[in-house]
Amino acid sequence: MIAPTLQPVIVGAGPAGIRAAQTLVAHGVRPVVMDESARGGGQIYRRPPAHFARSAQTLYGTEAHRATALHSTLDGLYAHIDYQPNSLVWNAQGGQLDVLHGPTQTTRTVPYGQLIVASGATDRVLPVPGWTLPGVYTLGGAQVALKFQGCTIGRNVVLMGTGPLLYLVAYQYAKAGAQAGVKVAAVLDTARFADQLAALPGMLTQPSVLAKGLYYVGWLRAHGVAVHTGVRPVRVEGETRVNAVVWSDGRSEHSVPCDAVGFGYALRSETQLADLLGCRFAWAPMHRAQLPERDSAGRTSVPGVYLAGDGAGIMGADAAEWAGERAALALLADHGVKVDAARAAELESKLTKLMPFRQGLERAFPFPTDWAVNAPDALVVCRCENITAGELRACARDAGADEMNRLKALTRVGMGRCQGRMCGVAAAEILAQATGKPVELVGRLRGQAPIKPIPIHLQAQAAGAASATAEHTA
Amino acid sequence: MTTSTRVIDTDVAIVGGGIMGASAALALRRKGVSVVLLERDLCGSRSSGVNYGGVRRQGRPVSQLPLAQRAHQVWANLPALIGTDGEYQRSGHFKIGRSEADMASLEKYAEVSRDFDLGIQLISGATLRERCPWLGGRAMGGSLCPDDGQANPRLVSPAFALAARRAGAQILERTPMTSVEHDGKLFTVRSGTAVTVRAPVLINCAGAWAGALAAQFGEAVPIHSGHPAMAVTEPLPFFMHWSLGVEGGGIYCRQVARGNLVLGGGAGVALDADRARSERSAIATLAVQAVELLPQLKNAHFIRTWSGTEGYLPDRQPVLGKSHTTPGLIHGFGFAGAGFQIGPGVGEVLAELALDGRSTTPIAAFAIERFLPTTVAEVASTAAAH
Ligand SMILES: Cc1cc2nc3c(=O)[nH]c(=O)nc-3n(C[C@H](O)[C@H](O)[C@H](O)COP(=O)(O)OP(=O)(O)OC[C@H]3O[C@@H](n4cnc5c(N)ncnc54)[C@H](O)[C@@H]3O)c2cc1C
Ligand SMILES: Cc1cc2nc3c(=O)[nH]c(=O)nc-3n(C[C@H](O)[C@H](O)[C@H](O)COP(=O)(O)OP(=O)(O)OC[C@H]3O[C@@H](n4cnc5c(N)ncnc54)[C@H](O)[C@@H]3O)c2cc1C
Repeated sequence: MIAPTLQPVIVGAGPAGIRAAQTLVAHGVRPVVMDESARGGGQIYRRPPAHFARSAQTLYGTEAHRATALHSTLDGLYAHIDYQPNSLVWNAQGGQLDVLHGPTQTTRTVPYGQLIVASGATDRVLPVPGWTLPGVYTLGGAQVALKFQGCTIGRNVVLMGTGPLLYLVAYQYAKAGAQAGVKVAAVLDTARFADQLAALPGMLTQPSVLAKGLYYVGWLRAHGVAVHTGVRPVRVEGETRVNAVVWSDGRSEHSVPCDAVGFGYALRSETQLADLLGCRFAWAPMHRAQLPERDSAGRTSVPGVYLAGDGAGIMGADAAEWAGERAALALLADHGVKVDAARAAELESKLTKLMPFRQGLERAFPFPTDWAVNAPDALVVCRCENITAGELRACARDAGADEMNRLKALTRVGMGRCQGRMCGVAAAEILAQATGKPVELVGRLRGQAPIKPIPIHLQAQAAGAASATAEHTA
Repeated sequence: MTTSTRVIDTDVAIVGGGIMGASAALALRRKGVSVVLLERDLCGSRSSGVNYGGVRRQGRPVSQLPLAQRAHQVWANLPALIGTDGEYQRSGHFKIGRSEADMASLEKYAEVSRDFDLGIQLISGATLRERCPWLGGRAMGGSLCPDDGQANPRLVSPAFALAARRAGAQILERTPMTSVEHDGKLFTVRSGTAVTVRAPVLINCAGAWAGALAAQFGEAVPIHSGHPAMAVTEPLPFFMHWSLGVEGGGIYCRQVARGNLVLGGGAGVALDADRARSERSAIATLAVQAVELLPQLKNAHFIRTWSGTEGYLPDRQPVLGKSHTTPGLIHGFGFAGAGFQIGPGVGEVLAELALDGRSTTPIAAFAIERFLPTTVAEVASTAAAH
């Protein structure tokens, strides 16, 4: 069944968005696909600039075949989709998206009737004293440097925090280092070895992924990389640039010299667009986050708006592919297109079966719930506005702020360029600690347009820059 | 499970914890009157906490200037009164003229407001270029009110509520008024089954939502909601002290100490009865006008936009004064996108009305009667009195 009037818009060309697009095309529907980045692939399968010549094997390691499969899927779809790269969706309102085309700095309005939001994730950051020093990156940022530009953040690198990305990035850096003379000075994991042991039963549901994880750790140890678990980061040291990391094992402090740090505590979903679209949010305990609600097929509380992939809760790349396909099937079915119900059910069951593994991951790399208690008053939490943990605590104490938007109004936390993408998680933890409330009760920062800063000098749309749909305004 | 209702008897009950309600609560406490304020959300979370932050007398209708002058005194003592300066600065408010007609109109305003000593200076030509080299070419001149200025509404409005609480007011946040009754003597204000407040005096400071309360007491007024569009840039090197407006409206703009420029102009859109956002075309217009006004904004970025929900009456004047129908009921709402500056003055007036039944500042122009149809009974009773 072909539905000629249907032209859904997909935001995000990562694993979720690409599979969604492929599914729609397979049903005779021609979607608009937009992505902020220049080349599709998303975070995990991020593609370097076109003229960079490094093999998929070098870039994606064990995931090379998946990356290649996804990239060639997208490449094969160009004739059947309206593909709009370099296109940041910065606002959504009244059935239209506002889209900034990066290279030309032009903005245009794109109408939608149905929308699949596959906006992915960014690093979850918990600051440590010294984190604003040059040379300190997030784990994802450290990996992007490697994948996208083929360069490293330093020559003697400490990787710190927790989560699967910690060991993966450490492994990738150590491997890259073999050629480039880059050394991983230490891997500092806040999770305890006992956490990993306790998580094993759940993790066994995905033995191949578990094996990969164990392989990275084993490889690192075998290659003499110092891996410490159960650590508490104390501070990053340096005058003009990082030169050491100090951490504690609970009894004493240790210092590792280094010239760069990558740190992060797993990922957080990028939910601003869902927020602007009016999706209802709820607390998701496993993700320790307020997330847009969706049913098992990806439908949100707003008719016509679907969610897929890490943007709706961190589930990883495979799940993102399944969820993208599932959401597309839901969209099609909701608009009278006949879809393969068995496939839809199969996808849902795959997603459900992943849950024990996801829970296992959370056990293996638990969020350091004691972070806020140990964060010193002088710690800068919001680097855009230079707001410290002490200022946040004082605001809770003296002005009675017990909710994130009030905290923001009174202190400016989350009011800068990043709108809380960097500091939001940490600020919520501090507020919860300061008020003695569980973190789920302090709420979340409300999204505001623009999703990312937009130039004031907005140019009108350049002729022919966008798809045929772009000029249609209500 | 039974939940017991908290019953509070007080001298004055206030509905709405914006700058009007909160400053009234503070003024009442300073007169030693017991007061309970009900705010359905957080104090200063609506218009009063999200506005542009212009603290300006210039340009107000002359009928508002006594109130504005009174408020001006309160603003001068802000730190002593509410424990924060709220980033309030008398940095000057400059209203730009872009045509001969604009300049004539600014001159006329300087004339009609002369009795109020606003200290207005008309500036044009070489002086203009010298005093504000950053101003774009379309400005012909303008009118400066040096003692007008700006403040941070997010800090000021909640601080009034906190100060009132410290002074002994019972500020009940997250406590919506769900019903109100009057037995001829006492108002009974309820918030579900959680709270009941009984008071002989009730002040209606429910902002854009005040119409329902007025209507319940037979005083339906043609109030509607408006949503001024706001935007803010990333921090830029500091260059501009004045808060800028434009004769005839359109755009206004100020730079905060941190360097961000706050801009307003045009209308946002309502998401529902409570929430609003800047609208895309308003953002686009603001952007164009901002660069025209201040060419150096050309390479800046907007980092956020927002709006709020404010009550407007057809003549763009508030309703401020005693109810026409119900003894003890006092209204203070409908400030038409310009209530932040006069808020602290309004609070004092509301306190006077509650206590003495009259205000020492003239407020006749804001009487609710101007919207009420003259009833047959009233015509008859006035006729009989003559
Ligand atoms: C930096 C980073 C590195 C990662 N590396 C790995 C890894 O090596 N291995 C691994 O297993 N997992 C990794 N992950 C997790 C992995 O990203 C996900 O599991 C997977 O990519 C999820 O796919 P997705 O399609 O949901 O989102 P993504 O792959 O994140 O794709 C989302 C896409 O949406 C676009 N987008 C978002 N918002 C907008 C907007 N407003 N307008 C336009 N476009 C928008 C983004 O540009 C992006 O291309 C990484 C995550 C991050 C953040
Ligand atoms: C975007 C914007 C920009 C503005 N810019 C300026 C400016 O630059 N300068 C200026 O002077 N003025 C400005 N204004 C106007 C100014 O902000 C308002 O006039 C002023 O804040 C009104 O105060 P208020 O207390 O009447 O209303 P609000 O601040 O709206 O307070 C009313 C309160 O009543 C509460 N409430 C409503 N119903 C109930 C109920 N049933 N039970 C309990 N509580 C209830 C609401 O939650 C709200 O907190 C602007 C307004 C907006 C929206």
